[in-house]
Parts: sequence; C-alpha cells; structure tokens
Amino acid sequence: MARLSEENVARAHEMIARYPVPKSALIPLLHVAQEQDGYVANDAMEHIAELVGVTAAEVVGTCTFYEMFKRHPVGTYVLNICTNIACQLLGGEELLAHAEERLGIRAGATTDDKMFTIEDVECIAACTEAPCLQVNYRYYGRIDPDRLDQMIEELRAGTGIAAEIPVHGTLAQTLQHLPEGQGDDIIHPDLITEAPVWFRSDEPEEATTGGAA
Amino acid sequence: MSDDAAVTETEETEETEEAETEEATAEETVEEAPADPGVSVTINGAPVSAKPGELLIDAAERHGTYIPRFCYHPRMKPVGMCRMCLVEVDTGRGMSLQPSCMLPVSDGMVVETESPASKAAQDGVLEFLLINHPLDCPVCDKGGECPLQDQTMAYGPGESRFVEEKRHYEKPIPISETVYLDRERCILCDRCTRFAADVAGDALIHFQGRGSNTEVNTFPDHPFASYFSGNTVQICPVGALTAKPYRFKARPWDLEETNSTCTGCSVGCRITVQSSRDQVVRYQGVDIDPVNWGWLCDKGRFGFEALNSEDRLTDALTRNDNGDLVPVSWGNALGLAAAALRTARDSGRAENIAVIGGSRLTNEDAYAWTKFAKGILGTDNVDAQLGDGLDAEFLATLPRATIDEVCEPGGTVIWLGPDPREELPVLFLRMRHAVEEDKVKLIELSSAPTSLSTLASASVAYRPGEAAAVAQAIVTGDAAGAIDPTALESIRATIGDGPVRIVVGRPDQAESARSIEAAAFALSSLPGASFLPVLRRANVNGAIDMGLSPGRLPGRTSLEAGRANLDSTWTMTPGTPGKGTYEILLDAAFGKIDVLILLGADPAIDFGDKSLAIEALNGARTVIALDQFLTPSASLADVVLPVAGFAETTGTTTNIEGRVSALDQKVNAPGTARSDWMVAAELALRLGADLGLESVDQITDEIARVAPTHAGITAEAVKSANDGILTGTATGPIVAPAADEPTGDAGEFRILVRRTLYDYGTLVSQCPASAPLASTGSFVLSPADGERLGVTSGDTVTVTSAKGPLAGPVQIDDGITPGTILSWFNVAGTDGSYLIDVDGDYTAVSVEAGGDA
Ligand code: SF4
Ligand code: SF4
Ligand code: FES
Ligand code: FES
Repeated sequence: MARLSEENVARAHEMIARYPVPKSALIPLLHVAQEQDGYVANDAMEHIAELVGVTAAEVVGTCTFYEMFKRHPVGTYVLNICTNIACQLLGGEELLAHAEERLGIRAGATTDDKMFTIEDVECIAACTEAPCLQVNYRYYGRIDPDRLDQMIEELRAGTGIAAEIPVHGTLAQTLQHLPEGQGDDIIHPDLITEAPVWFRSDEPEEATTGGAA
Repeated sequence: MSDDAAVTETEETEETEEAETEEATAEETVEEAPADPGVSVTINGAPVSAKPGELLIDAAERHGTYIPRFCYHPRMKPVGMCRMCLVEVDTGRGMSLQPSCMLPVSDGMVVETESPASKAAQDGVLEFLLINHPLDCPVCDKGGECPLQDQTMAYGPGESRFVEEKRHYEKPIPISETVYLDRERCILCDRCTRFAADVAGDALIHFQGRGSNTEVNTFPDHPFASYFSGNTVQICPVGALTAKPYRFKARPWDLEETNSTCTGCSVGCRITVQSSRDQVVRYQGVDIDPVNWGWLCDKGRFGFEALNSEDRLTDALTRNDNGDLVPVSWGNALGLAAAALRTARDSGRAENIAVIGGSRLTNEDAYAWTKFAKGILGTDNVDAQLGDGLDAEFLATLPRATIDEVCEPGGTVIWLGPDPREELPVLFLRMRHAVEEDKVKLIELSSAPTSLSTLASASVAYRPGEAAAVAQAIVTGDAAGAIDPTALESIRATIGDGPVRIVVGRPDQAESARSIEAAAFALSSLPGASFLPVLRRANVNGAIDMGLSPGRLPGRTSLEAGRANLDSTWTMTPGTPGKGTYEILLDAAFGKIDVLILLGADPAIDFGDKSLAIEALNGARTVIALDQFLTPSASLADVVLPVAGFAETTGTTTNIEGRVSALDQKVNAPGTARSDWMVAAELALRLGADLGLESVDQITDEIARVAPTHAGITAEAVKSANDGILTGTATGPIVAPAADEPTGDAGEFRILVRRTLYDYGTLVSQCPASAPLASTGSFVLSPADGERLGVTSGDTVTVTSAKGPLAGPVQIDDGITPGTILSWFNVAGTDGSYLIDVDGDYTAVSVEAGGDA
C-alpha cells in the first residue's frame, strides 16, 4: 500500500551501504517492506527499485521467488501446515482439514478478523516431528487437532504460545541492524583481482586465495 | 566472461599482466590466423577444429551438426535454462550429458549428439516442456515457424503421457502497446527477459514466481515500454510473445520474403521483408556482423504499417480552378511540372529552380535526381539535408570509422552527437554492448543527459553552442574554464595515445552545425582520430554521396573534382556551388524561387524554422512535391506526385558508415505511384533531354562507374553482399569550419531541442503500432532553476525566444545543467522547434512560470 516510511528509508540506506552492489540489498529491503505493511506492497517495491537502482519488474521477480514474501495482506498469524509425505502419513491432511473447519476458511485464505491465514505447504524439513506446522515460521511438531485448537485459542487470547511468536512480518528484524564495525570487509566484485579458489588444487601455487586490489 | 573485467581493470601485479598478454594473443590467433588448427574436438566420430573458447553448440553447428536448442541465442550469454541442447560429452572422465550451450570446447573433447543417451535426453526434455504447453498450434501465430513444433517433430516423443490438468493462465495479456504475452505457451527459456535486461537495458519484463508457477510478466502497470520490444517477439522460440501488427495476419507458409535494409533511420539494419497477398506484413531482423546483429528497433520493425496506410497517395494531384488539389493523370501532372521547369530554365534562371530533400530516396533515385537537377536543369541549389545535418564537404574529408571500429573491444570513443537511443536506436544497442561487454571507454560531450550518460566513463556537460571550447580543452589539456580540470585530466588519461573514435552528429536542433563541426575539427588532431558521422535520416548519407548537396557531385566530390568523372556521361555540371536548404527557403520566402521541388521532404514540419518553411512554400511560384503522403508541405504544393515507398522499389541505400546495401522490392506500390528516379527520367524527356537511365541496375552500375567512392559497387556485387559494401573513403585534409566565436542572442537560458524516437513524423503517425507512443513533449529544467522560478514538475512555464513565446508543462531533472532548458523537436504537444533561431549557433530564451499551455 505504501512506500517505505522515512524511518525505513533511513534503514534502507544503512542496509544498502552494507553491500558493494546496491542490488544485493533487495531481499533485506523486501523484509523491511513486509514488516512495515504486513505484506510487500507494490508501492514499496517501486520505492525499493528506486533505492537500489533496478526496475520494479526485477524487484517483483525477486519478491515472488520467495514464498515468505506475501504480496497481499495476511493474518497476524500464518499457519503453515505441512501435507508432504511424512506429515501426510501421520495425519497432516487431517490436521489441515481440521484447521480449515475450525477457522472457517480454505488454505490460502485469511479469517475475517485478519488473525489467521492458513497455508498448505510442502515439506518444511521437520519430518521427524511430523505432523508439523509453523506459526509465523516458528516450528511446532507432533500436532494433533486438539493441540491445534488450543494453539488457536492461545493466539486469539494472547496467552501461551502467543508470547513466543512475533506477529507476521517481523521475522527478519533482528538481522537489520549491524553494530558498528561488525560488517565484514566489503570488496566490490570489480575490484577483486584474483581468481576465486573453487577447490583446493594439489598443483603448486598457481591459484592463490582471492583478495582485493 | 566477467573475469575479463577483473583482468582488464588492473595493471598492477605481474601475474595479471601475463594473463592479459596471453588473452590478447589468444584473440589474435582467432582473428588473424584462421588457419590455426585451434582446439580439436571429435563430434560424432569426426574430428573437427574449434576456436578456443567457442561454445560446443556453436562449434558443432559450424561443422554441420545442429544441436537442438531453445534458450541459447548466439548474441546473448548462455544460461542453460532449457536443457534441450544436452549431448553426451567426454572430456576424459567418461561420457556424461552436458548442456552444449554452456560448455566451451576443450582439446580432445569427444561429443556424441546422436547417441541413445543424447536422444533420450532430448526426448525427455521435450516431454517435460510439453507438459504445460497448451498445444494450441492451430490458433498460434508461431505455428509453421515454431522451434518448439519443429524440434518436437524432429527430436520429441510421439505422444504425451501427461494426463493431468495443465497450468492455465489468462490468454494473451498485453504487456505493452505492441506486444502480447501468452503465458501458457511460454517455455521459460529466458530469451526475452535476457534480451530486455542485457541487450536493451530495459529490464521491464522478468520471471516471477517459482517452479511450475514461474511466469514472465511486467510489474503491475509498468508496461514493457522498450524501444526494442519487438526483438523479444522475434527471438521467442514459441508463440508466447506476439506483436500486435502481425497477430493473425498470415501463416508462415503464405509468406513471401526477400532481404532488404531498413531505412527507418540511417543505421542500416538488415531485414527480411515478408509479404502476403501483395501486402507487407512483417519485418524480421537479419543478423549481420557489421551492423545490427539481428536486432531492430520497434519504429523500424513496425514501420511497414505506414506503407499499408490508407492515406498513401495513389494519384497525381494538381490544383483545380478553386485551388484545391485534385487527382489528375500522370501525363497532366508531369506536363505541368515540366512546363514550369522549362519556363524557369529557358528564361536563363536555372538557379531559380531548387530541390530540397532526398534522404528518403534510394541511391539510384538520388543519383537520377542529381543528374537531372545539376546535369540537365543546371541548378546547384539542391540539398538533401534540412539544416539538421553537417556540411557535406566537411563530412567528405573526415577520416571514417565503421560501427565495428567504434565498438572495437577496449577502444576509446568520444561521443558528440544525438542521443542514439532516440535517433539511431540499434547503434545504441551496439554502443551499450561495446561498453558493458567489451569495455569500450566512452566519453560523452553533451549539453544534457542521454541514454549513454550512465554508460559513459565521463560525461562532459557543455553549454549549447560551446562544444568547440570543450573539444579544444581535451586536445590541448588546458581546461580554460570550459571543463573541470580533474575531469579533463582523467579524460586525457583515458585517451592516452589513441586511437580514438569520434562519433559526430547533431546533438540537438537548436545548436548549429558549425559549432559541432568546429568541435569535431578540434578533436581531429587527437592521436589516431577517425570519425563515424551520424546523420540520422534514412539514406541522407547516400543522397549526399550522390551529389544531392550544394557544391557536390557523385562520389563525395566537389564540383571541381567531380566534373572530370562525369564528362562523358553528363551533359553539363554546375559552375559554382549553389545554396543549401536554409538559403533556398529564404529565397523562396522572398519570391525568388520559380520552382521548388520537394523530394520526400516536409520542411513545414521538419525544418528548424517551420514558419519560414511555410512562407517559402507559399512564396515559391511552383512547388512540386514527390511524396507518399499528403504531408503538410505537400498539401501546399501545386503538383503532387505519388511515389513508391520502401519494399515497393529496388535499389541500394547507404548507412552512416558509408555501407551500401541492397534494397529489394516485395510488393507493388499503391495506385499509380512510381519510383522517384522514373519521375526524373520522365521530366527530362519532357524537357527534350535524356537522362540515359533505364533501369535501377543500370543506374547502380553507372554510379559505380562515375563515383570514385563507389568503384566496384555494381548492382551484381551489392546484391550478393548481404553485409553490404563499404564505400571508399575520402582523401585530403579536413576542411576547417569558420573559427568564429559562437553567435546567438543574449538570454538567461539556452534551449536544447532534441529529437525523440516517436516524434510526429509520418513513420509514426501513419503507423498504428507507433502512433499511440508519440511523445507529447515538455520542457525540462534543472532543480536550481526550477526552485528559482518557483516551479515543480507538472507546472506550466512560458519560454520565449526571438521567435516568440511557447508555453508548456515543465519537468525537473537533476541531470540538466542550470542555465539550459531541454525540449523536444516536432512532437504533438509542446513542440520546442517553434523556438529555434536557425541563424545563431544556439538559441537563447527566457523562462517564466505560468502561461497557457
Ligand atoms: S516468453 Fe518466449 S522468449 Fe520469453 S521466456 Fe517465454 S518462451 Fe522464452
Ligand atoms: S535502428 Fe534504424 S535502421 Fe535499424 S531498425 Fe531502427 S529505424 Fe531501422
Ligand atoms: S513432510 Fe512435513 S516436514 Fe517433511
Ligand atoms: S540451449 Fe542449452 S540449455 Fe537451452
């Protein structure tokens, strides 16, 4: 909906300065946009394009590659319920059906009160904890319908697990500020003079480690 | 490839220097000694020799083994998207399937393109590609010329095993005014998107989504508004991208085609003209190395629509008793024209006959008209340029550089000319490639930012009219207040010992030719200086070469030097140099011209001082216009003769480099329209003379005989040279332009009046694909001046020159130097050309906030 706020523009500049090529800041900036509006708004993408000097089409290309960037408003809590093989065998699909029933929406939709969005997802790499789900990308394993009901209630009431789950869009916040002096030595790729070492060569001293001019 | 960048940037370590030398040697071996055995590779059992660094897919093709492909395009970097080119390769570690478009050849490589494994890979890749493909060939424009269709037939499985539901998208969506995208047909080869980002620099289309949901698309409400969008349609290997002007117009098997050269501007891109039922329906770019690499700009590509316009003239027109232009027979019209010419000539006032225009003509038409005007009528008041070019004699003496020389890897270029993206679009693509990929160092001298500014290693802003001072500073090293001393130092370091290629043309219409010539003359003393003069109009270069210029004769010669060549062929040649367009128009406005002939010229629109042009057309006693349309100028004429257009006539054309290439006829001209040379020949006969010209080929051969620069460029030779043939170059010292101080009125601002691609010319207004894109123009000011005047973008300003006031919307742009104001030439809205004072070297204006736009 909105371009980046003044405060976020300042943050954006700080982030862009961290990379030798401005375009590299695209993903963190998309997180900033998502954090600001709860999703990545078109205006925000146009703004980001201006900030890093690419076209808006390039920004949306990057944005849409990542499922975690939402281009439409989602609920405060996004439930990602896995229905891939391990979870499926242990009741993932039933769990999803239960969630749909309980919240009165289909996977992909958001409740009217804007509290919950359900997503039907592929393996989230926690098969040992099947059936599992994520709430705003925090993992919860071995979930049965009762536990799910309980989680939903807690989130609604702001008790229990609500304390440990930040609202949607704030996942990447912690990465956005680097204390002074913590940045690595940044070298513009054009200034790197030596070939990178792809793997150790047994041949004597032909390739050396990469470095700056 | 990007490693090269790192290598060339540094000159520090010994190691890198060695690498550099090695590389240079490798390149030289390729170029200079093709006999070198190169890299030996075995393809399907046969030993072949490949060039070092060559991609396997290319090496195989050169040796007659075509490996199927979708994403690979020889003019773009490979990406290995489609996997269609998988073949079995053994580089010493056993056979494995590898994408041949990503694999440079190496010594001893063994390749099997037809082994069972290779075939299985091709078959499998096609099966996957077809999973989501709608197979709607019967309603697809690509059907019949579709690589997906063809390669499925040749390499694919006979049947599909896919029974599931295919992916569905809304059928074609417009992604720009001209291009439609059908995402269901797209095989995600990344050709269009790579072209947009890497070749054109307009990354307005991009992959979106992921996995099987990936699609090509624009950003919402940001159309694919690229001057080069049509190229994506041509290179799309399926029917996913189609262009409005050709949609459902024809089937490939209905098309007839012939090779020709685009005359939309003077770059000279090679094209295939395709027609169906005697109508041109499409141009496709042809890849020739020295010029366009297969690319075209959209104005050129879709320009054929103007040929098919309803407004084409089909009959000769003369004035009836009421003074209206009405259709008459050619005999009547030619009779009238001849009578006017005879009266003027026989009363001993041949110099009262003047000819303006000729850049639309073929070389043969231009030659015939020169021969008629100068050799039979006896006037030298003949000018193909409309005051927007450079002096013909000055041009003739410049040492020339070709496009390839300008783009030579690692070279240095000084650009003192128009914005190429607006005026010479495909030259912009070549320059962009030269800078981005081949590390050409570009120094731009310009009064306002252009499409080259972001590519240039140095952009020097000069005040309109004062380019020569900057040029002088670059040559002498003495900044003298014309340029920032630090910038000067780095520019001089970049130039070093040369050689330096200089692109010279008219950056804008309010700045005189003389001031640009003075700057170019100064630059000519740089080490190894050679020039690519960029006069933009279609065949203006050819017209000048043919002598359609005051004081010139065929073969880029002066009257003196050229006379001897013509003695046996022409009956006479003019004694003294005549007048150029500006003086002719002045004379005509004062009633001193008896007959004014317009050869496809429209001075009422195209000359810097439009009101003078209109006065001139009214002031000349008889105006004869040869044109395809009833242009504003033609509608003021007394006799209008309809002429054949592009693809309706044969002949040759000459591009900015002096490259002569063949034009071919594909369709018949509408109505009774005929070629321009025929009109000259016919008029000569009616005046009791004979041009001695009977066919186009015969004229081409006569040119080759009489024009020293065109020796050997016979009809036969030029038809068999797809790349065209370069004309000979001039000799002798460069003519120094008058070294006066720049002249112009005093005024707070100097105005720039630039051309834009989609201006108000006939090629745009008569072309449905381009007309909606026509620019409406505005003024552009620097932030400092904007603030001072209290205006922001979107406000109205009134700009006043000696010609009067003009109000229009203003934009603020921080690229503009304070004290200058930018505007556009010949656009539908705020037309800056009304302000131009053609007398001075620049036009001074005052600017005020407000006014009635
Ligand atoms: S639209 Fe055509 S060129 Fe572009 S990615 Fe799809 S198939 Fe390739
Ligand atoms: S650049 Fe000029 S010659 Fe080439 S396609 Fe465009 S108009 Fe035609
Ligand atoms: S299948 Fe559900 S986490 Fe792997
Ligand atoms: S042509 Fe090689 S992967 Fe597409």
